[in-house]
Amino acid sequence: MSLVRDILTVLSVTAGAFFFLAGTVGLLRFPDTLTRLHALTKADNLGLGLVVLGLALQTWSGPAVLKLAVVWLLALFSGATVAQLIAHRARDDRPGE
Amino acid sequence: MTMGLLLDFFLVILALAAGWWTIGAKDSFGAAVAFVAYGLVLALIWVRIAAPDVALTEAAIGAGLTGGMLIGASTRLESAKQATRAGGVTRRLAIALSALVAAALALAVLGLPHPPPSLAAAAMAALPPTGLGNPVTGVLLAYRAVDTLLEKVVLILALLGTWSLAPDRLWGGRPGRKERRNAASPLTLLGQVLPPIGIVIGLHILWVGANEPGGAFQGGTILAAMWMLAVMAGLVDVPAISRTWLRLLVVAGPGLFLIVGLAGFVVAGGFLAYPPGFAKPLILLVEVVLTLSVAAILLLLLAGPPEREPPR
Repeated sequence: MSLVRDILTVLSVTAGAFFFLAGTVGLLRFPDTLTRLHALTKADNLGLGLVVLGLALQTWSGPAVLKLAVVWLLALFSGATVAQLIAHRARDDRPGE
Repeated sequence: MTMGLLLDFFLVILALAAGWWTIGAKDSFGAAVAFVAYGLVLALIWVRIAAPDVALTEAAIGAGLTGGMLIGASTRLESAKQATRAGGVTRRLAIALSALVAAALALAVLGLPHPPPSLAAAAMAALPPTGLGNPVTGVLLAYRAVDTLLEKVVLILALLGTWSLAPDRLWGGRPGRKERRNAASPLTLLGQVLPPIGIVIGLHILWVGANEPGGAFQGGTILAAMWMLAVMAGLVDVPAISRTWLRLLVVAGPGLFLIVGLAGFVVAGGFLAYPPGFAKPLILLVEVVLTLSVAAILLLLLAGPPEREPPR
């Protein structure tokens, strides 16, 4: 059973790391603020979610899993809000609109 | 083991890069952002060397609070069009001084005997009578309580220094400008939903501080951040600094700490000594009130000097 959990953790954390990598590449390569934000928030949401999932499988105790889930949800919430704020600002600053 | 070493290596490179980025940033805003990143890397390093209490403080104070204050300062300088770069001589002097401090620190660390002298065993041995489980809290509130007391008094002095920048006619007024509330802004949603969660987390960090990493300063910083968020969203306003309740809140923590310390002369035979059996309840009481004071002081430090006419 613990072997299955270990394998799932490795898969999940690796997938999470891949999303972080992809998000970082997008952040560096995409042409404007809105597309860069798009790349960044995907990395945060999915990447962190998968890492949290992998870690939750390892701790396997109620309170710790709850704390990990809260960390993820709070990062989702604040990430989404900040992305909205930056996007509003970027739209307002764009010339000719 | 080698994986850990590799991680440490990357963290050190990252810290150096973030430091370089902070110094080399073109404008003060960029430098402040880089400083926040530097603080977060530093917090990770503290975690790596098994000092989670310091890591929490570094993330909350070093990156969060100081970062916020530096960004605020850089915005003020921009709007006042006073952003000037230090002259060549000043810069060279600062570089020389920093290099000297870094070299002295490196020498001191490299010159440590093997194994390095440690009071850790003594700190753990003396912990049971205090009823605490976290030796860091033991050091902060029992063994070296006088340092913690003075640190909180310094915070009040810093706040007085900030307030004293106010012109006479604004003395006693509200700090900062009034933020307008915009129901359509995502910040309003964040300011409404996050504080209840953040207050619970702040109090949790205060409470577990007795036995695990956490404590008054870290908890107070989170409470201050939640208050600041509601202020930024325009949901509440920063109170006028002439308010009696606000001033009482600011001095309550250090004041109570001082009273408990002086009472130690009578009931336990020394300044800041706790009577046997009452150490933990007293420490908890002091920590709770300190947390509230720290939250108020940090909010007011971030808000800056009064900028609006005092209420009549």
